[in-house]
Amino acid sequence: MTNIYSTAAEMAAALDKKEITSVELTKAHLERISAVDGKLNAFLHVDNQGALEQAAAVDAKRAKGESLSPLAGVPIAVKDILAQKGIPTTAGSKILEGWRPPYDSTVVAKLKAAGVVILGKTNMDEFAMGSSTENSAYGTTQNPWDLTRTPGGSSGGSAAAVAGFEAPLAIGTDTGGSIRQPAALTGIVGVKPTYGGVSRYGVIAYSSSLDQVGPFARTVLDTALLHEAIAGHDERDSTSIDAPVPQVVAAAKRLDVKGMKIGVIKELSGSGFQAGVSARINESIELLVAAGAEIVEVSCPNFEYALAAYYLIAPSEASSNLARFDSMRYGLRVGDDGSKGAEEVMSATREAGFGKEVKRRIILGTYALSSGYYDAYYGSAQKVRTLVKRDFENAFTKADVLISPVTPTTAFKIGEKSNDPVAMYLSDIATIPVNMAGIGGMSLPVGLADEDGLPVGLQIMAPFMKDDLFYRVGGTLEAALLSKWGKPILSNAPDLAVK
Amino acid sequence: MAAISRDDVAHLAKLARIEMTPDELDHMATELDQILGAVKRVQEVATADIPPTSHPLSMSNIFRADVVKPSLTNEEALSGAPAQAEDRFKVPQILGEE
Repeated sequence: MTNIYSTAAEMAAALDKKEITSVELTKAHLERISAVDGKLNAFLHVDNQGALEQAAAVDAKRAKGESLSPLAGVPIAVKDILAQKGIPTTAGSKILEGWRPPYDSTVVAKLKAAGVVILGKTNMDEFAMGSSTENSAYGTTQNPWDLTRTPGGSSGGSAAAVAGFEAPLAIGTDTGGSIRQPAALTGIVGVKPTYGGVSRYGVIAYSSSLDQVGPFARTVLDTALLHEAIAGHDERDSTSIDAPVPQVVAAAKRLDVKGMKIGVIKELSGSGFQAGVSARINESIELLVAAGAEIVEVSCPNFEYALAAYYLIAPSEASSNLARFDSMRYGLRVGDDGSKGAEEVMSATREAGFGKEVKRRIILGTYALSSGYYDAYYGSAQKVRTLVKRDFENAFTKADVLISPVTPTTAFKIGEKSNDPVAMYLSDIATIPVNMAGIGGMSLPVGLADEDGLPVGLQIMAPFMKDDLFYRVGGTLEAALLSKWGKPILSNAPDLAVK
Repeated sequence: MAAISRDDVAHLAKLARIEMTPDELDHMATELDQILGAVKRVQEVATADIPPTSHPLSMSNIFRADVVKPSLTNEEALSGAPAQAEDRFKVPQILGEE
């Protein structure tokens, strides 16, 4: 029986066999959202009417026997950083409160064309700057596993929606780990595709040389189905790669890693990682060996500088990207009483509209790019980026894919790190190198930590445009874990519907 | 000695067009000093012989044919404007004239 706990692939199959309609499936998810989102705060906007209209349109096409794409009629949640025509899009910021984009981002347009039903927009750290959703101007999202903990960030709303069965699929963006880290902390699958693999047209920019859109789902196959639905060249995004999309769905179904070389990154293991995280990662390694993979140790000595370089590069690019929020053409305008000039109004608007972390990063970036400091800070960070890229290139001569934990710890408490920016930044230590090099990576749930019973994520990384390799390894390991556990990891999470 | 002073932050805030309260300037100066202390370690390995990487893709400018395509209508383009007049964006005075 198909219900909100089914996988997206199961939902798609049931729709195809006409065992259920998209309207029924969409209604079930909207009801779930209305029942549990008061606890999670995963959604900033729920488009009840639009979703039901979209679902009805797909049902009508199916009734007429029209050929439909694989995910037609399956619902999805979209991070509030992607423009959707006529639907509020805030990027978690007060400066965009009430803004309704006059156009669709390419990813939203592709979802609509594929008949994927958009339920609404999800909460996030303001302009994707954060690792917990605590920087959202619209309140923090709670982790479905423990409502006193964060779901991670910045795509925390999307991750919580999928882990909380409000949607089987979601879209996120990942600049330094913003898909992989929340996926790890909520026990779901999240993928940052290769840079340029998915169009960013209509995605509000944070750090343009790092930002990438990607999929969330509860299984590797579902993630692959969504990946293929949104990937591909787009002439409206000049950084979009004009090459065939890696065959990730076939790779997710392959369930075979015999003869593959899997590299364990020495610098991302052992001390600095919670014991329960390391234990689950080591178990995963044993399962991969049992499945026929060969494990090699690789060293990436420059990764220890990646975090520092990231917190110079991303704020620098952000200070430039966020200059567009100038109160002239859209968004908030403050203090325009006829007596003030444009610059004064601009400064007053940006003071009122931006949150603390956004201001901090804009000022930091402005500093790192200013004359006299450029070489010492931004210039040095760009050199570290070269070194991180070389570390990956060397590692990939010894291994087909690389693995590490996604995060140093399981989900942390809301408020635990919000007053210590440097401590918060450390939660992205294992995910940032991937963005620096522009390659892709997956976060796969590999069990619960013994000390707190919270999910642990394994990161699988593959060379540029070889995203199919981490789907192959992820799919194989997922099957081995499922046969070991006898049930999906999310069946261990508390029932949110209980009052 | 602090890498960044309160006056530096005030100057940067002016460049970034963000009005800041005296309290915010105090906090920001302390926090930025801590962050700069943590990130300056990039200098330890950034030697002169290493070329910088600005972007993951080595690509040059992307061009398309100069053909007019359907785009936003005037009404759509102005739909989010804080103020408008005569089918244009209405903005506060720019040149400081009376």
